Amino acid sequence: MQRYFKPVVFLACLLPLGRLMWLGLHAGLGANPIEFITHSTGDWTLTLLLVTLSITPLRKLTRQYWLISFRRMLGLFAFFYGSLHLMTYVWLDKFFDVHEMLHDIAKRKFITAGMTAFTLMIPLALTSTKWSIRKLGKRWQTLHRLIYFSAAAGVIHYIWLVKADLKKPLEYAFALGMLLMYRIVAWVVARRAVPKHVGEAEVIAQ
Amino acid sequence: MLIKKAEDIRSSEITPKSLYLNRRKFLAEVAMAGAAAAIGVGLKGTISPSTSVLAGNKIDGIKKSSFSTTETVTPYKDVTHYNNYYEFGTEKDEPAELAKNFRPRPWKVKIDGLVDKKQELDIDTILKMAPPEERIYRHRCVEAWSIVVPWIGFSLNELIKKVNPTSKAKYVEFTTLYDLGQMPGQRRQVLDWPYVEGLRMDEAMNPLALLCFGMYGEDLPNQDGAPLRIVLPWKYGFKSAKAIVRIRFTEKQPTNTWNISAPQEYGFYANVNPNVDHPRWSQAKERRLGEFLKRPTLMFNGYGDQVASLYSGMDLKKNY
Repeated sequence: MQRYFKPVVFLACLLPLGRLMWLGLHAGLGANPIEFITHSTGDWTLTLLLVTLSITPLRKLTRQYWLISFRRMLGLFAFFYGSLHLMTYVWLDKFFDVHEMLHDIAKRKFITAGMTAFTLMIPLALTSTKWSIRKLGKRWQTLHRLIYFSAAAGVIHYIWLVKADLKKPLEYAFALGMLLMYRIVAWVVARRAVPKHVGEAEVIAQ
Repeated sequence: MLIKKAEDIRSSEITPKSLYLNRRKFLAEVAMAGAAAAIGVGLKGTISPSTSVLAGNKIDGIKKSSFSTTETVTPYKDVTHYNNYYEFGTEKDEPAELAKNFRPRPWKVKIDGLVDKKQELDIDTILKMAPPEERIYRHRCVEAWSIVVPWIGFSLNELIKKVNPTSKAKYVEFTTLYDLGQMPGQRRQVLDWPYVEGLRMDEAMNPLALLCFGMYGEDLPNQDGAPLRIVLPWKYGFKSAKAIVRIRFTEKQPTNTWNISAPQEYGFYANVNPNVDHPRWSQAKERRLGEFLKRPTLMFNGYGDQVASLYSGMDLKKNY
């Protein structure tokens, strides 16, 4: 099943980029194209992070355990759109002015949060190979819990960025809250079920 | 200095081609909609007379103004499809769509507070107070983007002189229409409705302060503040209240809506100032819509010659 699905999911993840390129070539990015690209890549980074985080609950609740094979690809696509999002800022907004960017990171808390979210994704992307998983063993899972903090920082980045209308960032916050709540509940349930093997329970809660 | 005289430039020379194309497209759409309605394909109610008649109405007898800039005018489509007008939604492309059924006529403006005679003026009475002028102004948003718009109106002081505020009046306050039926964005409490803005009397009397009812040679589109707004080119865009229903003269400084929403971010004065950062954005540079590279932001948006004296001796870092 996953053999046929994987290319489909891969291509689906490229659709947001394809849409941007198509709109760009057809003057469809509106009056402020750079802002449009920034918002779009930011939205897709958060969306894909949340989709990645929903794989575990989904496979457990539906008992479709094969879903795990998509998690790495989805997570890497979140990193991919996050990189594009950062690039629009570094290139199209700041034109590689390092001094100005450092000033921004220090002074503007929404930039600080955004940079934190992206930085936390870097070790996850770097250790996404089979070799790293084998090499790091149990520490790999501990390390990859950084995704919770990255997603939270990403949502905070969005909340701090909007001027008055919190609707969209709070929708992301709600979705993330549910996904994290699942993990807490799963962890508590597993702990109660097998009180003597806390270590195992943590693994299940992943 | 930065403001060049532009009396010898005709509007047809500077108005971008896209405006004319757009106008033709609009006419074609109206014609098509009309034809469709005629053969009865269920378009009932989609074309209200107010929008089809008023949008695109040409304004006659427009005078040129020495306040106009010679900079390239932003395409009409951008100025009408990239709007910060939360009464019609918080996304910039929403007002163009959600303001379609807004009715800019009939319209009355209440004049009250510290004036000789409190009254309600009909919009068409106001429009006759002075001959219309075209003012091509730079317009700088607090979000660090900018446009150049050929507004039509006359100096706000023309109206103020006619309604005669008393000597006690130190400020003037503008209130936007509050109408949940016509302004769907007001159904959500993203701001403290109705929208209120204000000016000190000497700012309001400055000839640059424009009482505006048109742009690009035509009536003001709904999404740009129809039927009556103010335009203050040396201040960030949010100071320029739209769809004004009340002008009140006061002794105390009015509390403006964005200041209520986030006092540490939006002050009363909101003069364009590249040296005073907004907590979210650096104000040193701006992106002119249609340009790739950012350009440096000018003090008072380049209108220092006209307005700098209003603020002499004031700490502009504190009075942001």
